Amino acid sequence: MALSPDISQVRDGVWEIPADYKSGMRVPARICATRALLDGMEEGVFEQITNVATLPGIVKYACCMPDGHWGYGFPIGGVAAMDPDQGVISPGGIGFDINCGMRLVRTDLTIDDVKPRLHRLVDRLFERIPAGVGRTGILQLPDKQFCELLEKGARWCVEHGYGWPEDLKRTEDGGCMKEADASKVSRKAIERGRNQVGTLGSGNHYLELQVVRRENIVDPAVASEWGVGTPGQVVLMVHCGSRGFGHQVASDYLGTFLKVMGKEYGLDVCDKQLACAPFASKHGQDYFAAMACAVNMAFANRQVIMHRLREVFAEVFGKSARDLGMDLVYDVTHNTAKLETQKIDGHERRILIHRKGATRAFPPGASELPGMYRESGQPVIIGGSMETGSYLLAGVETGAHTFYTTAHGSGRVMSRRKAKQQFRGTELRRSMAEHGIYVHAASMSALAEEAGGAYKNIDDVVEAARKSGISRPIVRFVPIGNVKG
Amino acid sequence: MPYEFLDNIATADVAFRAWGTTREALIEAAVDALLNATVTELDSVQSALIREITVEADTLEMVVHNFLEELVYLKDAEHLLLRVREASVQDTDEGVQCRAVLRGERIDVTRHDLVADVKAVTFHGFEVCQTSRGWEATVVLDV
Repeated sequence: MALSPDISQVRDGVWEIPADYKSGMRVPARICATRALLDGMEEGVFEQITNVATLPGIVKYACCMPDGHWGYGFPIGGVAAMDPDQGVISPGGIGFDINCGMRLVRTDLTIDDVKPRLHRLVDRLFERIPAGVGRTGILQLPDKQFCELLEKGARWCVEHGYGWPEDLKRTEDGGCMKEADASKVSRKAIERGRNQVGTLGSGNHYLELQVVRRENIVDPAVASEWGVGTPGQVVLMVHCGSRGFGHQVASDYLGTFLKVMGKEYGLDVCDKQLACAPFASKHGQDYFAAMACAVNMAFANRQVIMHRLREVFAEVFGKSARDLGMDLVYDVTHNTAKLETQKIDGHERRILIHRKGATRAFPPGASELPGMYRESGQPVIIGGSMETGSYLLAGVETGAHTFYTTAHGSGRVMSRRKAKQQFRGTELRRSMAEHGIYVHAASMSALAEEAGGAYKNIDDVVEAARKSGISRPIVRFVPIGNVKG
Repeated sequence: MPYEFLDNIATADVAFRAWGTTREALIEAAVDALLNATVTELDSVQSALIREITVEADTLEMVVHNFLEELVYLKDAEHLLLRVREASVQDTDEGVQCRAVLRGERIDVTRHDLVADVKAVTFHGFEVCQTSRGWEATVVLDV
């Protein structure tokens, strides 16, 4: 879009729309982007991020990340910190796919070890990890156990043999949001989700084999410290969320909030998808407890998928996953609201931070980080399109201005329908094979929708994140194999 | 085909407009559009079983919304793909009610070309209105 005169650059890579831009804004809106990314953003992003700035209790400003694009209520990439006493919680600020997130697993294997077995490996992963629509999960749990899993997240999985104790330390929040309360979840949500633990899903969700190349290591010292610093090394990335369970939690509470927000709390919003309730109210607290269950379901989903991933590698390479060095590097969440204590205008303050299609990126020294990451800052996993590449970044001290939040992916620029008209799944698979990427997809039409050309350039997004001081690149990964729903 | 997919509403998702001369026909069309967002060929869905659904809400708009959400739920909870066989929409003291008999079958990945896993029926740009051709709904699905 043509740059509106209302937008001005407040610092390198940070743009501001003032609070008098439209009526009802309580704070300014800020967008982290390069000029080129900003110019490429849809009109809807500006509309939505300024709508976010109207929400009661918002602190400082509404932020949008460099990969921001049009969403429901909040834009994807929208971030809002709320005062927990005066402010609201909004399901539209979290998204339908609660705790959609990324997990990165390292290996000691090199491209030379993997190449001769790549097809077998990818095909076997496709067989063993349910992907696509209508698939039943690796775990099918009776209600009681499913509810336990909702309250304990990845911890439940490790206790039941799906993973290693140290996996939990390397998962955001230790793989469990303690505020979860399964009694706040509807019967329907349980019925939708209890057979989906250990499913990838569809859309932009995937499992990818990637390789480290010498020329893509930006910070060799940190990359080595994190176990991903060897040229030729193969790593694995998993992108998926809380599946139908989380979607139902979001739909249930969106419906409830629409009914009660005006009547009980005197709240009015300019977009139905921004329906909200005071965080401190019964409805706000109930949603937060149910949302935390969905966060935990997603942690568990990725944990169980990783467990299966390790089993498949052990089977194909005839060595245990431990001997293959298959440690979890980190697991990050995208669509969440969390209570955090941050220094704002020089004072420690409790905030309820909504991150929608955005990643927490704590700086070096943050007490929430496990010892191994406390010096370097939090690992941030950025998934690119399946044709181009992905990144591992680190949180930085200067990220305070976005409440320590950075981008989450490359961000879609072309509609699914247009992508399907422009790309053919079978041709795409062939051209990717020519570039050394082997894909096994549940559906060729779904594959076409995820073509690299439908996304923003991941390098531009990461450069914008660096420039605006919200995270810094450590290493870039190149895809070699992909399992897609 | 009394529905069309729309390009410029939802970059990352699926939007459609459905219409019918009656409220029943509108719901039938919207259900087919939702199904077509999930599976590429509607004809690949056989009539192996029957389901009855009743949805009641304050307005027709909410009836259409909640009816579609019910189908999204059944897709995940019971792996069902469904089309309307018979529907009746009536005004009640509380608002509007739709009772419908649906036919369809469980997902079979060997026969169904499944393209998108619909997550939710959103309220973004959601609209049900009366037009010169009857009733019309605009719906954005999160996929």
